Amino acid sequence: MSTSSLVLTQAQARPLTLRLHGWVTTVDHKRLGILYILYALVFLLAGGVEATIMRVQLIRPHNDFVSPQVFNRMFTMHGTTMIFFVAMPLVFGFANYLVPLMIGARDMAFPRLNAFSFWMTALGGLFLYFSFLGGDGLYGAGGAPDVGWFAYAPLTAKTFSVGHSTDFWTLSLFSSGIGSIGTAINLIATILCMRCPGMTLGKMPLFVWLNLVMAGLVIPTISPLSAAQLMLLVDRYLGGHFFDTQAGGSAVIWMHFFWIFGHPEVYVLVLPAFAFASEIIPVFSRKAIFGYPVMVVATVAIGFISMSVWAHHMFTVGMSAGANTFFVLSTMAIAVPTGIKIFNWLATMWGGKIRYATPMLFCVGFLFQFLIAGLTGVMLAAAPFDWQLANSYFVVAHFHYVIVGAILFCIFGAFYYWSPKVTGKMLDEMLGKLHFWLFFIGFHLTFDFMHIPGILGMPRRIYTYEPGRGWDVWNLIVSIGVIFQAAGVLVFVGNLIWSCFRGKRAGNDPWDAWTLEWSTSSPPPEYNYAVLPIARSRRPLWDLKHPEDPDWRYE
Amino acid sequence: MSPTNIFAPVSTPAESIVGLSIFVLATTAVVFVVVFGLLAYVVIKFRSRPLDGQREPPQVYGSTQVEMAWTVIPVLIVIALFLASSRVLASIQNAKPPAGALEVIVTGHQYWWEYRYPSLNIVTANELHVPVGVSTFITLLSADTDHSFWVPRLGGKTDLIPNHPNRTWIDPRETGLFLGQCAQYCGTQHAKMLLRVYVDTRQDFDRWVREQQRPAQNGTSAGQRIFESTACINCHTISGTAAAGKFGPDLTHLMTRETIAAGAAPNTREMLHLWISNPDAVKPGSKMPAMGLNDRDVDAITDYLETLR
Repeated sequence: MSTSSLVLTQAQARPLTLRLHGWVTTVDHKRLGILYILYALVFLLAGGVEATIMRVQLIRPHNDFVSPQVFNRMFTMHGTTMIFFVAMPLVFGFANYLVPLMIGARDMAFPRLNAFSFWMTALGGLFLYFSFLGGDGLYGAGGAPDVGWFAYAPLTAKTFSVGHSTDFWTLSLFSSGIGSIGTAINLIATILCMRCPGMTLGKMPLFVWLNLVMAGLVIPTISPLSAAQLMLLVDRYLGGHFFDTQAGGSAVIWMHFFWIFGHPEVYVLVLPAFAFASEIIPVFSRKAIFGYPVMVVATVAIGFISMSVWAHHMFTVGMSAGANTFFVLSTMAIAVPTGIKIFNWLATMWGGKIRYATPMLFCVGFLFQFLIAGLTGVMLAAAPFDWQLANSYFVVAHFHYVIVGAILFCIFGAFYYWSPKVTGKMLDEMLGKLHFWLFFIGFHLTFDFMHIPGILGMPRRIYTYEPGRGWDVWNLIVSIGVIFQAAGVLVFVGNLIWSCFRGKRAGNDPWDAWTLEWSTSSPPPEYNYAVLPIARSRRPLWDLKHPEDPDWRYE
Repeated sequence: MSPTNIFAPVSTPAESIVGLSIFVLATTAVVFVVVFGLLAYVVIKFRSRPLDGQREPPQVYGSTQVEMAWTVIPVLIVIALFLASSRVLASIQNAKPPAGALEVIVTGHQYWWEYRYPSLNIVTANELHVPVGVSTFITLLSADTDHSFWVPRLGGKTDLIPNHPNRTWIDPRETGLFLGQCAQYCGTQHAKMLLRVYVDTRQDFDRWVREQQRPAQNGTSAGQRIFESTACINCHTISGTAAAGKFGPDLTHLMTRETIAAGAAPNTREMLHLWISNPDAVKPGSKMPAMGLNDRDVDAITDYLETLR
């Protein structure tokens, strides 16, 4: 404790420029983790503004708040931003910060690769947003990409997408893709090689297991996406015809490339969310995770099955009945390990003494919403049902249930749970609960009611709609929900800033938790542990706190 | 009542989808009630109470029997749902056209629909006419980007993809107008690429066919002269005249259609006039250019178009 506060005072005595320089040149996994997270929060606000613009436009039929061109840019930028520059950096940021601490390591395996990966990702985000200024290149004023976040060919061909907006999109994803692959390699190497004495694979916290599988998924997932981006560049500038249908190329090949990335990507994002829940739920229920080995097996199963489900995004594309049937089966099969996870979390809570602090509130919200998201997912997996629901607002509601209702709720929970470790200050509980309830109400107003216009035939990505189709009132409610969500996020950001300066001191272990990160100071010193810890069970701090009843007797 | 409700089917594919949907919805509803019930019970029953004191609850690490139970039950549910889905999938996707089925070729364009009836020698746009009680098999093509054909009350959607012909079919049981719209993002005006399917009685359909098979009158009106001497003919066809463009909708029987601009506006004199002089006012970003004609010429062209029956 005293060493770290000494380091802190020395750091604060240095001039601001030097301190900023320290952040830019850092290779410390904790600082890079914080950079990832701050960067993602900036983009979260940008993506939120884009969503708000869309919801204002759709508040009533034939509205003319923005032009169709602007609306199309908004949904393209919203989707791309939220996936690549909010969700990915957030989960990478937490993994970067927490994995070395949880396995009792002093840093990641490749600290410089870590810094390189972050800055490649950062470059990608800046590229994407520069398109607002430079997108149309020589053709005139700016313009962001408007091809949709899955950028189906041939809309991205030179014929249909003039100017450079699509190129900014391509280069942005290519650049951040290199960053993601670098981080994934780094996480795998760290987890496999840098665990502290005693921590066998079977004694790793579930958090680490889930992030290991996530990193293992990133490599075969992001690679085809990056390859497709290069092929698109070749098409656009070197006369290639991969996706150029006017020269005999294939639009369907792009879809395969994109979705073999796109679907495992959902699991790249949701596995870390599971990781947060798998740490928070046991601690706040005061019980060990139920069925640890089954949880690990289910995670690995999800990893493998998720690689074989991509074409359920393509049931309307006209694949053969045999292919469609295969993807119905593989997609439904993934519900089994996912369901097992939900049951194990419930069993963890069963018989516990559950404390509803803010992190746990968000995790309960997650369980509720993920249950619904899973069930609407099963509906979409039934291919004929999907022929009606695909590309409608039902799908938009479904995947927001996953990405916001499950992933973002867990991420918010993770903020409340771990930021005391990162800043040394507790987040305010009152504001935290206000944040939870505002966001919970807003989420359900927006995304519950969004299913209905989908069932009533409203397709996604339309900048306006006809009156008289029974969609008006639902769209109004959906838009109203945005007000609550925005208020919730503002409370959250305010809480982060306020608590950073005024928050209650956290101490090493404010939640009475069990994993190794809570054994070092808050914030941890640069080297994490003066003496490397030794783990004898999955909950080393439980063993310390309960010498009469240690876990290693049962594992 | 929404005119595009997927749960108000009037055609076999849409009906069998509703049947499957109800089975899936019922199954998932049962799962929801059970799991949500468990969650609610756990959340309320096991909350910590102020009198609990500091003792930790008993630590339970797992149970093989319980894990087996909640693995096997979901597996059985998945198998049931899979079998039900594949049956409906095959019944719709593998259906062969019966004798007497009508063949239509739909070509998606940015942002309008072209309909060709090869056996009837008809080309029209944006408003599809089919007879009631008969199967219509539809070949789906695209002239440019991806589109998707979706009329929810008649059937599920199928995409129109360049270089990748697709098939779908409908057999509407009720007459009337059925609405839908493009369901795959295709560019700026994706939102106003609306679908209108008119299901006619046999007599009405036959009358419509005869109407569409007539060539246009080759007259000498001022409007036709202007039409034929400007860029209009680069994109539009009016059979029997010099206009033979393929990029835009066939206008030979324009006045038999109720709407213009792929359903974006009613087919009235005012809207036609506006559409010719300033397309962006009707459908900003559409591929119809503003021709820069003076009011008198636009009037003349509108007069001429109004004769195309």
